[in-house]
Parts: sequence; C-alpha cells; structure tokens
Amino acid sequence: MKRIISVLMENEAGALSRVIGLFAQRNYNIETLTVAPTEDITLSRLTLTTFANDKQIEQITKQLNKLIEVVKLVDLTDGEHIERELMLVKLKATGSQRAEIKRTSDIFRGQIVDVTHNAYTIQLTGNAEKLDAFLRAISESTVLEVVRSGISGLSRGEKILAL
Amino acid sequence: MEMLSGGDILIRSLQAEDVDFIFGYPGGAVLHIYDALFRQNKIQHVLVRHEQAATHMADGYARSTGKPGVVFVTSGPGATNAITGIATAYMDSIPMVVVSGQVQRHLIGSDSFQETDMVGISRPIVKHSFLCKKAEDIADAISKAFYIATTGRPGPVVVDIPKDITSPTDLVEYEYPEEVAIRSYHPALKGHTGQIKKAISLLLAAERPMIYSGGGVIQGNGAAMLTQLVRLIGAPVTNTLMGLGGYPATDPQFVGMLGMHGTYEANMAMHHCDFILAVGARFDDRVTNTISKFCPYAKIAHIDIDPATISKNIAVDVPIVGPVDNVLTEMIALIEFELESGAHETKNSLAEWWAQIEGWRGQDSLKINHVAGEEIKPQQAIEAVYKVTAGKSYVTSDVGQHQMFAALYYPFAEPRKWINSGGLGTMGFGLPAAMGVQMAFPDEVVTCITGDGSIQMNIQELSTCAQYELPIKIINLNNRSLGMVKQWQDMQYEGRHSHSYMESLPDFVKLVEAYGHVGFVVDELDALVPVLEEAYSIRDRLVFVDIRVDHNEHVYPMQIAPNGSMRDMWLRKGVRT
Repeated sequence: MKRIISVLMENEAGALSRVIGLFAQRNYNIETLTVAPTEDITLSRLTLTTFANDKQIEQITKQLNKLIEVVKLVDLTDGEHIERELMLVKLKATGSQRAEIKRTSDIFRGQIVDVTHNAYTIQLTGNAEKLDAFLRAISESTVLEVVRSGISGLSRGEKILAL
Repeated sequence: MEMLSGGDILIRSLQAEDVDFIFGYPGGAVLHIYDALFRQNKIQHVLVRHEQAATHMADGYARSTGKPGVVFVTSGPGATNAITGIATAYMDSIPMVVVSGQVQRHLIGSDSFQETDMVGISRPIVKHSFLCKKAEDIADAISKAFYIATTGRPGPVVVDIPKDITSPTDLVEYEYPEEVAIRSYHPALKGHTGQIKKAISLLLAAERPMIYSGGGVIQGNGAAMLTQLVRLIGAPVTNTLMGLGGYPATDPQFVGMLGMHGTYEANMAMHHCDFILAVGARFDDRVTNTISKFCPYAKIAHIDIDPATISKNIAVDVPIVGPVDNVLTEMIALIEFELESGAHETKNSLAEWWAQIEGWRGQDSLKINHVAGEEIKPQQAIEAVYKVTAGKSYVTSDVGQHQMFAALYYPFAEPRKWINSGGLGTMGFGLPAAMGVQMAFPDEVVTCITGDGSIQMNIQELSTCAQYELPIKIINLNNRSLGMVKQWQDMQYEGRHSHSYMESLPDFVKLVEAYGHVGFVVDELDALVPVLEEAYSIRDRLVFVDIRVDHNEHVYPMQIAPNGSMRDMWLRKGVRT
C-alpha cells in the first residue's frame, strides 16, 4: 500500500543524497519526493511516498533512522493526516474549449494563473487522487505540460514532528 | 587559542584520539598532511604498497584490538583503491576512520587531475562521511568520525579533506572538542528490561533452547558474558563465522559453527530447537538457508545494537535493542535471581535435548577421510597448524575453501583471535589483516591462512612486511585451483571448471625469498608437522609455508540450496541428510 513518510533531517549538503541513495541501494521505490528547509533553517522536512507492505515499511523506517542526519521521522499513513500536492497544468485553450476548461477548473477549485491566446496554465492543490481526477476530467483537452510537486503532509490534530 | 594549519590540526586531532598507527599511502592531495605527519613522532605511519591493503591492515588492527583503524589515502585512485577495504569493514561492522585527500576546493567538480567524488562513491558502504569545507571543520569532523565509527553498531567513516584547507600557510584556531554530541544520533546504551524478562521466560521454559551468537558478541565485547550465560543455562551454543571465539570452541556446550558449512550437530540442533536466543547475529542468508523453512519450531529472541537488523530477514518474537555486553549482564543477573528463587530448574531438564544433540555429534561431520600415501588434505594442514601453535595464534584468513577449513578445524578459545572477511567475502584480506594484527601485537604469533588464489590478490604486501619486519606465518593451502569456485562447479555445473584453475602459479618460495622472507614447501603428510614446527620456531622472520593439498577436496558439511532448510546438508561427496 501507499505510505507517506515524513522525515525531519539536518539541512546539510549530502543529507538528501543519503536518503535517496538508501532507497536505491536497498531496492525500495520512491513514488514522490518533496523537500525544503523548515522554520528552523538547520532542519529540512522531506516527505516521500512509497509502496510497501508492513514488513518493508518497518525496514525502510529503521534504515532511514540509521542515517546520522535523520533526526526524526513518522509514517503519516499510520494515523489521520493531511496530504496535499500542488499541480500546474498547461493546456491548449482555444475557441469554445476556453470556457469548458474554465468550468472544469472551477469545479476542482483550480486557479488559472497564466493566460495566453492559445493556452491556460491552471494551478490545483489537493491530494493525489483529486489531481488525478482533474487530469481525467480534462482528458478531452490537449495537455501541453504537467508538473506536480509530490506529496507534502502532516498529522491531524496536535501531533507534531519536531525536535 | 592555538593557531595551526589544517594539516597540523588533522594530525593533532588524531593524536587526541590516541591513534597509534596510520596505515596509508601518500599522494598529491595529501602532501601537506604527510608533511605534518613527518613533523611529529607520536603516531607511527605504515606505508603499504596498495591502498586496499591499508584499509585491510587498519581492519585487522581494529578487529584484534577493538580500537578503530585509521587510514590515509590520497584523492582519486588512492580513494577508489580504498573502497573494497571500506566495504569489507562496513559489512562486518568494524570501526575505521578513513581520511582521504581531495582536490583543492576550487577544482572540485571540474574533473581535475586525480579527482573523484569520494563521499559519493563511498556513500553506500560507510556508516557516515564528512567533506570538510574549511580548516576549522577538521577537528570537529575527526571527533565526530571517531565517535560515530566506534559507538552503536560500529562501522567505517570517511573524512574527505580538500588539499587547500591543509595548507601550511593558512593558520586557524585549533581546539579539540572535549565532547561530541550529535542531536540526531543516540545509540542504545541498554536493553529494555521488560523485553529482557520476556526473553528469559521463553529461555527458561524452553525444552530445546539454542544460543546462536555472531560477530556482535566479538565486536561488542560480550564474549565473557555470553560464556557465563551459556554455562548458567546449560544450553548448546553455536557461533556464526563472524562469532567464532565468542564462546570457547573446545567446550562441550559448543556445537560448532552453523550455516552453509556449519557442523551437522549445529544445523540439526538449530532446525529442531524450540527457542533461539540470537545474540549479535544477523540471520544472514549463509546461516538461514531458505527463509521460509528456517527453524520451524522455534520462538526467537534477538539481542542486537542495531534495530534494523532485528526482524530484517527472520521475524522474531522478542526484539531486544541494546549493546550485547550490557544486555547479557542484565540477563545473567535476572536469571540468577530467578534460579535462586527456585522458580526454575535448568540443567536437568535439558538432558533429553543434549542426548539428541550427542546423537548428531556422533555423526562426526568433520571427520577427515585421508588415505595413506595420498596428497595432504587441507583439513589436516589446519589441524597441524592448530597443534603446532597450541591453538594460541591469531589467525586471519582470505576467502574460499581455506577460510571454511580454518573456521572448522582451528577451534578458537578466545574472541578477537579469528579475523576474516565474513560479510563481503574479500579475497586479498588475509595478509594485510595479519599485518595489522602483528603491528598491534608484535610479540604474538600471527598466522595468515590463505590459498593460492587469494594470496595473489595482495601479495605485493610482502614488501611492506619486509620493511616493518613483520614475522607473520603464511600458511598457503595450495590446491592449484580457486577451490570454492571449483567446488560449486563440481557440484552444480557437472564439473565444468570455467576459469577456476590457477595456471602458471609462481614458485612461492622463490617469491618470498626475493622479498627477504623464508619459504618452505610441504608435499607429504609426514613432513607437515616438522616443517610447521620449524616455521613457527623462526620468531623474527616472515615464513611462507606452501602446502600442496588435495585439489579435489570439498568443504563439508554443506547445506543444500536452493530450497533447503537448516537440516538439509551434504555430509560427504554424494552423501546427504
């Protein structure tokens, strides 16, 4: 099943490559990956999704914890959590298509963030399933380009991942 | 505060860590460092002939002393040559600090002369690594490197240092950190008492308990506690290849090594036991045979410093994360309390189990089948070495048949005396490892058991042995073959010996004599012990004993793979369980 692992790690050169190298070395897959510094600039927060069973996820989290630069981590899919992904889609938009695309975008609470005579760029946030559904809904249109951020997430309620 | 150059800071930092030997090889990127080394006399540098040997020497030093081994290599080829030795140390959890030179900072990334991304290339085979960006970083990196290499599950740490930050003209403030604290690194210092108690109840309730211990007992200094526990419980104990010496191998409670080439009684006892206490062992595939058929009747408690090792290959019932010495000490105290309170009886209740084990032991799976007048059996050569050294030698080995024969026919009474590359299986390990041991223990007898294939993988170190007057005894089980490869080809490829012959072997005696050493050839059994006695009587010279052994001999027992369980073994050619 899909797992979302959120990792708090030292914001140092080489730390990210150790995480990624570990996945390649131990034959684990990475579906999505997103990383940026946190409010404490000495720390980075990395969120990755992977497909793994319980035994595999136990190994993955233990091996990640062994990396010296990994401070803490949590498997968000263990509990209630919020996940979000950002997607930018550039579509061919001419003539009557323009109104149709706008309507579909509104239904998905997307925003048109760039407009030319022939194209729209739509910004959409949500969980991965919602973004997938949007791409299916506009499948009649000509998609020129899609870029997705990968999933970011955190636990619901007062549970936090911090030092 | 003192002002020093980066090169001097490195050397002073190593002195602060009480380093007595550095094994290394100079080159362009480490010239400033070697100059700083020249201007001091606290640390002895050992000049090898190939960087791989430097890492194995440091490794042998570390395995025999328990202290971290230290290596210097230059950038580029110096660094890449060290990789095999770093990987060897990583697989066997050996503490090591490797300082590699790097090109000047402004040249990094420009494909400059002798540049390689050492931090990148070593990443999967180090516990951690540092790239120092400025001279002020060096002392901190070294202190952290030693701390990380030696605590928790030990392992190699690389410190990569660009040449320009070691320049003698740039002085920076030096103060060696008194304490190391890393907020993201907290190795376990003791086991969870509740878990330990759970393991004890299973252990005391078991009718057929087994104690299975590995390299963690050696590296974690737990051999004395393990021995005490085993005797207290009265249970049989088996050691992995890495764990030999963790329990005295001549003791009746020791059933021998287990695994692919384990004894019949060890593998049978494992298969039939109802409880396993695994101590500092990692359920390696060379131990378990087919995972799904592993020990079908056993509940398992597993003590290990590394949580990731627990339930990695085999799911266990009671995980205990902690250092083996500490956990075993706590366990012994709790068991003694239990026994004194009269809640349990132990030794008597295991009589039936021991009777079964004695039955398996009666099979005598290590019996040597030698016919008078025929070539020496390699096992006989090891037995003779054991006899002549009275079992007291440090023994290093290379990789292959001779390694298994040494493990099976030289019973080790103490930890840290048996030194071999178990995890990575590195041919060429034996001689340099023996050199590291001999450096650490100049007055002890150090034997390198090797073969005609392995010895040639680092044979250039005979020169280093001459330079440092290392009186190592090299026992070459010469079967004119890559014996283990040939054995598998005999058993699984209908005897098609694809490239497993060593053609045009050198005259080893002449070769070692060219380096100023002593060489002997043995080709008949009667001469074996007398020649070995003569060889070992020479205390001040390296002696190479080239023993011509039966090239058709196979290592037995041998587990049947694939799809076999612990109890499925070849006992002799054509005879299986």
